[in-house]
Amino acid sequence: MYVAVKGGERAIDNAHSWLAEERRGDPAVPELSVAQIREQLALAINRVMAEGSLYDPDLAALAIKQARGDLIEAIFLIRAYRTTLPRLAAANPVDTGAMAVDRRVSATFKDLPGGQVLGPTFDYTHRLLDFALMAEGAAPVAATAPADGAPVPRVTGFLNRDGLIEPALPDDTPPPDLTREPLELPAGRPLRLQAITRGDEGFILSLAYSTQRGYGRTHAFVGELRIGAVAVECEIPELGFAVEIGEITVTECETVNQFKGSKTEPPQFTRGYGLVFGQTERKAIAMALVDRALRWQELGEDYVGAPAQDEEFVLSHCDNIQATGFLEHIKLPHYVDFQAELELVRKLRREAQTLQEAAE
Amino acid sequence: MTDQAYNFAYLDEQTKRMIRRALLKALAVPGYQVPFASREMPMPYGWGTGGVQVTAACLTPEDVLKVIDQGADDTTNAVSIRKFFQRTAGVAVTEATGEATIIQTRHRIPEQPLKAGQILVYQVPIPEPLRFLEPRETETRKMHELEEYGLMHVKLYEDIARHGQIATSYAYPVKVEGRYVMDPSPIPKFDNPKLSVNPAIQLFGAGREQRIYALPPFCNVVSLDFDDHPFRATKAAHDCDLCGAKDSYLDEVITDDAGGRMYVCSDTDFCAGRQAAGHAGRLAAGGKA
Repeated sequence: MYVAVKGGERAIDNAHSWLAEERRGDPAVPELSVAQIREQLALAINRVMAEGSLYDPDLAALAIKQARGDLIEAIFLIRAYRTTLPRLAAANPVDTGAMAVDRRVSATFKDLPGGQVLGPTFDYTHRLLDFALMAEGAAPVAATAPADGAPVPRVTGFLNRDGLIEPALPDDTPPPDLTREPLELPAGRPLRLQAITRGDEGFILSLAYSTQRGYGRTHAFVGELRIGAVAVECEIPELGFAVEIGEITVTECETVNQFKGSKTEPPQFTRGYGLVFGQTERKAIAMALVDRALRWQELGEDYVGAPAQDEEFVLSHCDNIQATGFLEHIKLPHYVDFQAELELVRKLRREAQTLQEAAE
Repeated sequence: MTDQAYNFAYLDEQTKRMIRRALLKALAVPGYQVPFASREMPMPYGWGTGGVQVTAACLTPEDVLKVIDQGADDTTNAVSIRKFFQRTAGVAVTEATGEATIIQTRHRIPEQPLKAGQILVYQVPIPEPLRFLEPRETETRKMHELEEYGLMHVKLYEDIARHGQIATSYAYPVKVEGRYVMDPSPIPKFDNPKLSVNPAIQLFGAGREQRIYALPPFCNVVSLDFDDHPFRATKAAHDCDLCGAKDSYLDEVITDDAGGRMYVCSDTDFCAGRQAAGHAGRLAAGGKA
């Protein structure tokens, strides 16, 4: 005797409580605090802030804890929270030229004003598991030196002075807002950059990599990569001037791309640009490469059909919250459409069989 | 109990206003896909975020809400969405199709005919009926603008040439008021005739794809076909084994590992109502089997 499946509500409640128990893991092991996640898994925090489009390390840490370390799930928690927040004001553009840099490297000049600053990088670590970390020892201490406070001018500025790189002209047009208007195509560069900076790190990385391997090659050099704190300023109408409301850490990458010129543009270096919340170097470099690849039209380059050149393809598929939702939804019930397909396939098979029998 | 931390029905009033404007435009241009600034919702894209946003924008405290998934009120995601609105809007809920003022659905239209004053909200995964013929949104929008639907007719024709019939069993494309070709969401084509001249308002929300479209009451909806291959609404050639209904859409349930099958109404409210009224099918409790 068949009884229709009931009790969906109880099943859901039980699933949630089991999930909570699994999240905690073995209670004999001390619980992770949000502060521990924030301080010791900082790069995970940065990714969640960047792709969640919300600069708040504490909330990102909470999201990572709640999501059991699933970063896309954590990003989703942050996005769903972010969308409920009121817009109080729009900040002025941050001045990354005035950044207090922790790290600043140029691959195009051996030395330059402001110097090369390695900062806290994995770059020259040997990837050997450090078993000492399994035992909890004293906190490591790094050598320090007083900050010299000297300005760190941009590499692209030097090239610009000689007219060797395309100018980046200031534009006061208010940028569109990806989170408040439906995406319409063609999107244009401001919207593209918004989408890519919150796009999935893996997707953007692979697209950038594909351009390096020849699918829309852009001949990129990292003109400059800088990571550090920038001031966030807000115009206060009652005061008539901008007030600093806080500080955020960002990673900025400017690529210098070789360019032999096109029908419309002279031979010169061109630019790709990446700007991402937090220390997120891989993402910022990848973003700059994808940005440059997407600019083929304005530079009069040929469209070679590479995925990274295709604005609609990149923007429609770079958001991991959209992607994971649609991908995973196929595990939801589809009895009704599957039933319709069953009937259709049975009917087609019946007819094919009849035809075959008739032929014999 | 409503959750005081959020606005009525979760969305803030500005967002609801934006959605209502899109809904009005959609109702004014039946079958046209209106872009709207879809928000991230607290459930994943693909779980019905478009439908949830449309329902949230339509709900008033006096509404009575019904939520179904695959025709059933008790499937997990229907339970989850109903609970979401109970929590955030505190509205009354029902399983009875006739008592609901708003029905949110995924993949079905209720068997019981809808009446004037009711709103049926569909969850839509891919709103673009031409998407699998032309993946580019920039192209398909142009095709709609120019009423350039030749590609769709060629596809249907090729089906007939290859299979002797149109091989689309759900999300079967329709033409609305002689103008826009529309995807009715993945409802079985059995449900297509109910789209047309329906006294209820039918609203379609696609959250991830940021589109809303609508069928105003009594609007004409025609399933695409050819004169010599007319559209046919089909279902499994069985009666419901629980309520005996001959004309309802059926789920096929596997009952053992020896090929045993039974067929039951996918619309649980319809089936339960018939059983309560004394109708019995082949395998009904206390029935002949």
